[in-house]
Amino acid sequence: MILMSRTQWAVTALALAILAVLPLLLPDFWLSGILGRSLIYGIVALSITFLASYGGFISLAQTMLAGIAGYTVAILAPTAIPAGQNAVSYWLAMPLAVLAATLAGAVVGLIAIRTRDIYLLMITLALAVGFSLFAQSNIDWFNGYEGIRNVVGPELFGQPFRAHAVFYYVALTVSALLYLMVLYVVRTPFGLVLQGIRDNPRRVSALGFDVAVHRIAAFAMAGFIAGCGGVLITFYNIGITPGSIGMTATVNVLVMSVIGGLGHPIGAFIGAVIFTLIDTFAATIYDRDRFNTLIGLVFLGIVVASPDGVLGLGKRLTGWRKQRDAGDGGTPH
Amino acid sequence: MSLQFMITVTLNGLTLAALYFIVASGFSLIFGLMRTVNMAHGSLYMIGAYVGFSVFDSLYASNATAGYAWYVGLLAGVVAAAVAGVVIQVVFLGWMQGQELRQALVTIGLSIIIADQLLAHFGGNPFQFFAPDALFGPTPVPVIGRYSTFRLFQIGLALAVGVGLWLLLNKTRLGIMVRAGVDDRQMLAACGVNVPLISVATFALGAGLAGLGGVIGATAQPVALGVDVKFLLTSLVVVIVGGMGSIGGTAIGAILIGVAEQWGQALFPTYSVILTFAIMVAVLAVRPQGLLGRTGR
Repeated sequence: MILMSRTQWAVTALALAILAVLPLLLPDFWLSGILGRSLIYGIVALSITFLASYGGFISLAQTMLAGIAGYTVAILAPTAIPAGQNAVSYWLAMPLAVLAATLAGAVVGLIAIRTRDIYLLMITLALAVGFSLFAQSNIDWFNGYEGIRNVVGPELFGQPFRAHAVFYYVALTVSALLYLMVLYVVRTPFGLVLQGIRDNPRRVSALGFDVAVHRIAAFAMAGFIAGCGGVLITFYNIGITPGSIGMTATVNVLVMSVIGGLGHPIGAFIGAVIFTLIDTFAATIYDRDRFNTLIGLVFLGIVVASPDGVLGLGKRLTGWRKQRDAGDGGTPH
Repeated sequence: MSLQFMITVTLNGLTLAALYFIVASGFSLIFGLMRTVNMAHGSLYMIGAYVGFSVFDSLYASNATAGYAWYVGLLAGVVAAAVAGVVIQVVFLGWMQGQELRQALVTIGLSIIIADQLLAHFGGNPFQFFAPDALFGPTPVPVIGRYSTFRLFQIGLALAVGVGLWLLLNKTRLGIMVRAGVDDRQMLAACGVNVPLISVATFALGAGLAGLGGVIGATAQPVALGVDVKFLLTSLVVVIVGGMGSIGGTAIGAILIGVAEQWGQALFPTYSVILTFAIMVAVLAVRPQGLLGRTGR
């Protein structure tokens, strides 16, 4: 099975090799503050891009799913403040968190099973904002507005998880594996059926495939991806609060996906890097307090000028076009 | 649980539902004609509240004008939101008509910018209108003794808005054109109607209702940042439950959500949000198009 053309393999290998040696060259700030952060938020953006690119579903519930994983690992974390009553080892808490996000992803898929396009967007947004409001108002499990602190992650190779190099390599490894997993899955029969659903659900149904089951499975897989990102984000932020999974966070991840381009999974990471750079250096190019205006303008500019994001812009500039128009399916056009 | 308590909670739910209806009916109206999911609807609510308040505040400071400050503030809020809506429709949404997801993304971008600019211009402090004398204080109500006059006025206003919208849509020429546009935009345009103009008018009306809700909501309760998200969420849930583009459905959805929210908060405060979403999920499972929504176009 061919995941990518030979050129694409070469480019991917080269990019990974460069990313792997960067710790030798870059200061710690760039390593975890820019690249590591881009990678972990890029993972959540990847789950949006996966659904949009191959299923035609724009789901705004992915930050919520990351938050479900984050809250699960925080509630079970041995170091958490306030301490939960069910603390277990991080090595058990992490897979449970990802499992919870996967199941929650399937539930989101089930809830939205009969809706498409704009309705799906509305329902998933409502679910996402609702979950963050729920986390904010619930003290018993989520410790309300304050959230759960001091979720530092396990030790790896005798080093704390948040040591710059450890964190960076974990983020890089997880991102690379999930990215390759997406590329692999879309070539399997399951992935092909998914793309068939994107293009014409009725025809897929007429061919004897169960559209509902494939949709739920796609949402579960997106939940798995988002959950991996959610666990890493929670370690990165040393905890989780309702604000970190609210409307702003949801929109931020959507902004990353859209800026990068919803046509190909790599767009998620490109968008995340651009977003993180703007976020970090907004102070030097514009008023720091008005960061949201800046990011809003960039987002608006991208959506108005190039609905398929930077990827689409790049394609148009170089005049190189793939056979499949990146605009079809669920991507905005 | 006393009868008095039950009536008070239900009345609180209905007054909240009234506010939800005013805001969500604008959302639903815009969606009905243009299939635009206006993610900036909560921002229009905020524009109404903030602009209305800045006008109200300057008039209220002087004794001579304090008497009618609230009414002028109300008007200013509605007009400001309507103008903002017209700008959004003319500059951004009109020329991408039919590209629903792109329109939703554009309005998300606009909502980020609007929220941030409102913060920059008006600051982040919570504020609240003082209701005019005629609507201030309690009104005697049987069984529970007395109840806030302004909240009762809210219910009356929502009824007026509902009846007004019904009359507008069913008894006027504009309403006939709007309903025709809901069914078939292209055919309406082929009949020689200026559909883009109708769209702008509808958007102004829907946005104005959001602004009206903003001033009313800011009189009933203090406004703080983040209220745009709350009202966008409420509008979404209300129209998902009631049925997209249906005014009657919006009313039913608003009553269900408003009453459920108040009862939820009274009975199990930290889990009340779940009740709202349980209603939404239950409706979606049985009728994906909403209670009074129509399937297809």
